[in-house]
Amino acid sequence: MARSAEETVAIRQAVSVGLAVSAYGISFGALGVTAGLDIWQTCVLSLLMFSGGSQFALIGVLASGGVAAGPAAIAGAVLLGSRNAIYAMRMGPIIGSGVFKRAAASHLTIDESTAVSTAQQSLRAQRVGFWWTGILIFLGWNLSTLVGAFVGDALGDVSAYGLDAAAAAAFLGLLWPRLKELQPVVVAVAAAVVAAVLTPMLPAGLPVLAAAVVAVIVGLTNWLGAKDPHTLAEEVSADTIVTEEEHP
Amino acid sequence: MTLWSIIIIASLGCLALKVSGYLVPPSFMEKPKPSRVANLLTVALLAALVATQTFGAGSEIVLDARVPAILLAAGLFALRVPFVLVIIAAAATAALLRLFF
Repeated sequence: MARSAEETVAIRQAVSVGLAVSAYGISFGALGVTAGLDIWQTCVLSLLMFSGGSQFALIGVLASGGVAAGPAAIAGAVLLGSRNAIYAMRMGPIIGSGVFKRAAASHLTIDESTAVSTAQQSLRAQRVGFWWTGILIFLGWNLSTLVGAFVGDALGDVSAYGLDAAAAAAFLGLLWPRLKELQPVVVAVAAAVVAAVLTPMLPAGLPVLAAAVVAVIVGLTNWLGAKDPHTLAEEVSADTIVTEEEHP
Repeated sequence: MTLWSIIIIASLGCLALKVSGYLVPPSFMEKPKPSRVANLLTVALLAALVATQTFGAGSEIVLDARVPAILLAAGLFALRVPFVLVIIAAAATAALLRLFF
């Protein structure tokens, strides 16, 4: 069957997003190894967890607190993955029925696949956008994680190369596109202050979880929020459209 | 708790969340509150991780070469420089500062 113009657009977006995201799997691989994981543990995270924010969070907490911070590391990663559940609810009707298909789609449900899919108009293009983006990123992210892990392994001493600063910058890069309205900016600043102030008082990992309370309070009361709140998936897809137009 | 068990438990937790979303009736999405909390949760956790990775050293808060590196990274992200280049620039800044000071 010939591809419609809409489907071609979806594929083109999937490829550009896929390539960009895959590239930073290299930084995840390198940081994973320098956080104390071995090459295979780093790769299993990308294969099995397959959600950038959660993966960076897990290795971030393990890097500062070691295995003792395990429970906090798990909690942080899972909390960060909660937005994928919202994406999955949005994607459910688009993916359609079929147990195997929905199981495969579950694993590929991340920021980027949801964003590319929901940016399309027709149902066919939404499906094409989701599967192309999800599969391309899955392949690229895992391949680049492996390469990054070998690079990190070869580098040795972390701080001499500034990889600790790279980890902080990686979190900032994941955060940056979400700071477009007053409410998230206020939450971000408050959460950063809470985490920094509590760092000397609590075991590693817990200050990050304590900062999550800020989000729950502001989210439930909708303090400083828009009068007509839009859904998460719509916000993310709006981001992608903007990015597409600015970087053709 | 071993490193492997931490990795497997956290991964299965993340996967379970993705699966759970496909099991919930779509009408749940009509409510803005769960979406808003999940969105802000992501923002808060990432911001907290930026803070602890920039200022944390074990259980202490320190100001070192990471601070100018993260300020540079913020400037570059504002200028829409690609992710990988910003990460490399931040790492290089911290490494060079440590070399000379």
